Amino acid sequence: MRLIRNALRPLSNPAPEPDARDVEELAARLNAVARARLGRALAIRHVGAGGCNGCELELLATRNLVLALQRFGLGFVDNPRQADILLVTGPLTRNMVEALARTRALLPEPSFIMAVGDCAVDGGVFKGSYAVEGGVQQALAPDLAVPGCPPSPTQILSGLLSLLAVQE
Amino acid sequence: MIGAAPLFSLWAEPLAVHALVLDPAPRMISLPAPERRFPTLTRTHPGAVMFERMIHDLWGLEALGAEDGRPLLDHGRWPVLNPLSGRPVRHAAPPPQPEFLTAWGEGVRQFPIGPVPPDIEEPLHWRLHLLGEAVLRAEAQPGFAHKGTLGLMLGKSARAAARFPARLAGDATVAHSLAFARAAEAALGVTVPPRAAALRRAMLEAERAAVLLLGVSRLAEAAGAPQLCARAALLREAMLRACFGAFGHRLMMDRVLPGGVAQDIAPEGLPMLLGAMAAIGRDWPWLLRAAKALAARLAGMGIARPEPGVVAGGIPARAAGLAWDARADDELPPRAAVLDSADAAARLWLMLAECDDALRLLRLALDDVSPGMASAQASSALSAPVPGVAGTGFALVEAARGPVLCWLRLDEAGLIAQAWLHDPSWGHLPMLETALAGAELHDAPVIRASIPISASGMDL
Repeated sequence: MRLIRNALRPLSNPAPEPDARDVEELAARLNAVARARLGRALAIRHVGAGGCNGCELELLATRNLVLALQRFGLGFVDNPRQADILLVTGPLTRNMVEALARTRALLPEPSFIMAVGDCAVDGGVFKGSYAVEGGVQQALAPDLAVPGCPPSPTQILSGLLSLLAVQE
Repeated sequence: MIGAAPLFSLWAEPLAVHALVLDPAPRMISLPAPERRFPTLTRTHPGAVMFERMIHDLWGLEALGAEDGRPLLDHGRWPVLNPLSGRPVRHAAPPPQPEFLTAWGEGVRQFPIGPVPPDIEEPLHWRLHLLGEAVLRAEAQPGFAHKGTLGLMLGKSARAAARFPARLAGDATVAHSLAFARAAEAALGVTVPPRAAALRRAMLEAERAAVLLLGVSRLAEAAGAPQLCARAALLREAMLRACFGAFGHRLMMDRVLPGGVAQDIAPEGLPMLLGAMAAIGRDWPWLLRAAKALAARLAGMGIARPEPGVVAGGIPARAAGLAWDARADDELPPRAAVLDSADAAARLWLMLAECDDALRLLRLALDDVSPGMASAQASSALSAPVPGVAGTGFALVEAARGPVLCWLRLDEAGLIAQAWLHDPSWGHLPMLETALAGAELHDAPVIRASIPISASGMDL
């Protein structure tokens, strides 16, 4: 029994009390830095609404080491409940209308809706087909549109940065 | 009708069904369907089932004797039924619940993924049946990216319709554009000027190299090899920037047109392309070392062989011992490597080997292009006139993922009367379903990345 008590007794000394003034000072500094860095972070949920995959390829490119959208506090998330931006590509096919609406409903408010690519803006070359709605605005009101077929990753990044800039 | 020859593609027009078989050379077989019915091929070619479901959705032709009559692309959400049948019926009923093949047993549960899948992906639904962490059955539901592409092409001239095959699959835009252009040229009897042909070869191989680097990057990402993922993505970016400099578009969309090419290579683009290729060459030994470490982990994972009676083509088939490459009869054929372990490791090695070979063919194509750089080229060196006459033609082109097919029928005015665009995903999606069955759930994203699928390419 004594053997067990001895074994359980910690070898380390009791913890010293932190200095209250130091804690306050550090907290203030952390707050200022966190607001500058983390306050600007936005999480993106992408929905492919039936595009050709060209826009997805350029979205993937925004994550590479030279464009590196992570350095701006931007990042893609899987769970729409954690997202600040709903980024939609594709002409919004009729088969994707319900999936897009359901994903949209899961985003917390306030959130941004961003249409990326000519298809997402107004249906692009697929406008008028029986199988497409003709752009995101047929179902949602996008806050920002990035046209292009497909837009370059720099253009997509520039759109995302303007959403960051309005946070200031 | 088609005997024992392996089937590559199956499609239709309002009153006929067409098949492309490898016999061993590609050969087209047509079967009239005057009663809007045709005998099912699934008895001899079980892998034809997805094609027959798609033919029913789009053209309204019934495969007599087929066991699986479920719709594939039509989710009951279009305003019409059988949109390409020539007599589409209005449709307003509420969409039905999709039906999936099941797996029975105590403790079996369903696991749905998509059509809004994790990360940056195309819309596709997966229905997995799990027992514990083991996947018993994996079934994909395509159709979410169906845009009515074939219907949009009808009634347009070959030049005007070229923007649709260019947007069938973003990672094969050059390949689909080239197959479409060659099919139109075969139908109309057009010969492409030699400079345009060399530029087309350069763009096709540049696209293949860039897409294969993306494939390596995504497979490394899924398998948890972040350095290889980042390096391959960086080299892809270098290629795309060089393609922008040379051809004015990062993905080279709309650069290949019926008759030739849209524009010449920019003079400053050639050194950019050579620079990107040199950067890849410098990193190649590092990539191979990193891939070797990754391949050790991928060995034996995701065994995938083509469905019975079907020839899928592309890297998944060449990793399973089937050597066919649509470029085999080209003037400068590829140095095709074939492996037969059919696992994710074999597919990783072939992605790298074929990327290396694409760069070799790109260099040869650029050698043919560079002498004409000094002077501005006449437009006749870049494009031949496209007459407005009737004709039928098909063409096969090897994209990074596998062979793409285009078949066209043009009327007397040279306008498109019927069209078919085949993406290699038709062969690869069933292979991926087989590869996932029997895998562990946590391996599923790795196996999926080892067989890249274009949802849009298949959904039309």
